[in-house]
Amino acid sequence: MHEYPITQRIIEIAQEYATKNEATEVKVINLVVGDYSGYVASSIELYFDIIAEGSMCEKAKLNIERVVPKLKCNSCGELFIRKPFSFQCPNCNGEGSPTEIGQEFYIKSIEV
Amino acid sequence: MSENKEIEIMQSVYDKNDEVAARINSELTQSGIYAINVMGAPGAGKTTSLIQIVKRLNDVTPYVIEGDIEADFDTKTLQALGIKAIQINTGGACHLDSPLIGKAVEDLGIKNGVLFIENIGNLVCPAEFMIGEHAKMLISTVTEGSDKPYKYPLAFEKADIILLNKCDLIPYIDFDEDFFMKGVRALNKTAPVIKVSGKTEEGFDKVVSWIMDKLNA
Ligand SMILES: Nc1nc2c(ncn2[C@@H]2O[C@H](COP(=O)(O)OP(=O)(O)O)[C@@H](O)[C@H]2O)c(=O)[nH]1
Ligand SMILES: [Mg+2]
Ligand SMILES: [Zn+2]
Repeated sequence: MHEYPITQRIIEIAQEYATKNEATEVKVINLVVGDYSGYVASSIELYFDIIAEGSMCEKAKLNIERVVPKLKCNSCGELFIRKPFSFQCPNCNGEGSPTEIGQEFYIKSIEV
Repeated sequence: MSENKEIEIMQSVYDKNDEVAARINSELTQSGIYAINVMGAPGAGKTTSLIQIVKRLNDVTPYVIEGDIEADFDTKTLQALGIKAIQINTGGACHLDSPLIGKAVEDLGIKNGVLFIENIGNLVCPAEFMIGEHAKMLISTVTEGSDKPYKYPLAFEKADIILLNKCDLIPYIDFDEDFFMKGVRALNKTAPVIKVSGKTEEGFDKVVSWIMDKLNA
């Protein structure tokens, strides 16, 4: 439910870059959303259609690349996706710590 | 139709929240306020713990911002105890955000003391949004079960201090403390985990001494 303001920002940024590049229409927005970013991809999609109406992004296709969070093993350094109820490394059985992977939220590019 | 032209952006998107949070944080610091964002599930004992903490603060002035959704029942309880408390009407939001806190801080007119911000009862969204706090206090309970760090990792990862509340109920339930602590420590190496009970009042002296250390740091 808190995705409304962030979706507005996405559209603003896309328009800003499109205008700078003398485009009149945004055709595609490529967005990267980590599962621990605090934002839910499907909610952004829902709001996008409503907010983009009447703007340069009205016909834009929103491509969302989701990123699954990974832990880094404290012993062997392996990056891995954790299993439910465990932080154990599949490689050496060591313990994993949280990383930034899965917390990203950025606009990769737009296509005009 | 012509070919698409790709324009690289690679820019993180933030809403206004983070900017406002940073501003509130520095304003609070300048006013001599240490702000604690209190997070936990509904009924975890956030309000109960605040009352226990505030009782033990002695010469430090407490302020409370209540963000929980249910009416202003908790705020009235706190005010009846002589605590400067203010209720934020969130209209059913899933977490408090910075502009709301900025306004409440102004309304409270606070200086020199500790500000407790009781966030919305939710283990997900409050962990993800800064609201100008200096520290995050997570209240987990033995009744919620020992698997909570595994199910809500971000709340445990971001916490600066963790209260394990309702310890008076341990004899009546299956709470696997080793499993709980293993999960907490995988996510968070530094936050103290303090066993407390709002019923027997055990543990709150330790919580208050942690807060005093931060205030005097
Ligand atoms: N047995 C027991 N009950 C508690 C404890 N702490 C809080 N409670 C009860 O749990 C309920 C919810 O507490 P409250 O502080 O309102 O939770 P909040 O929603 O997180 O603010 C109340 O009925 C409290 O009396 C505790 O340590 N032990
Ligand atoms: Mg409460
Ligand atoms: Zn390993």
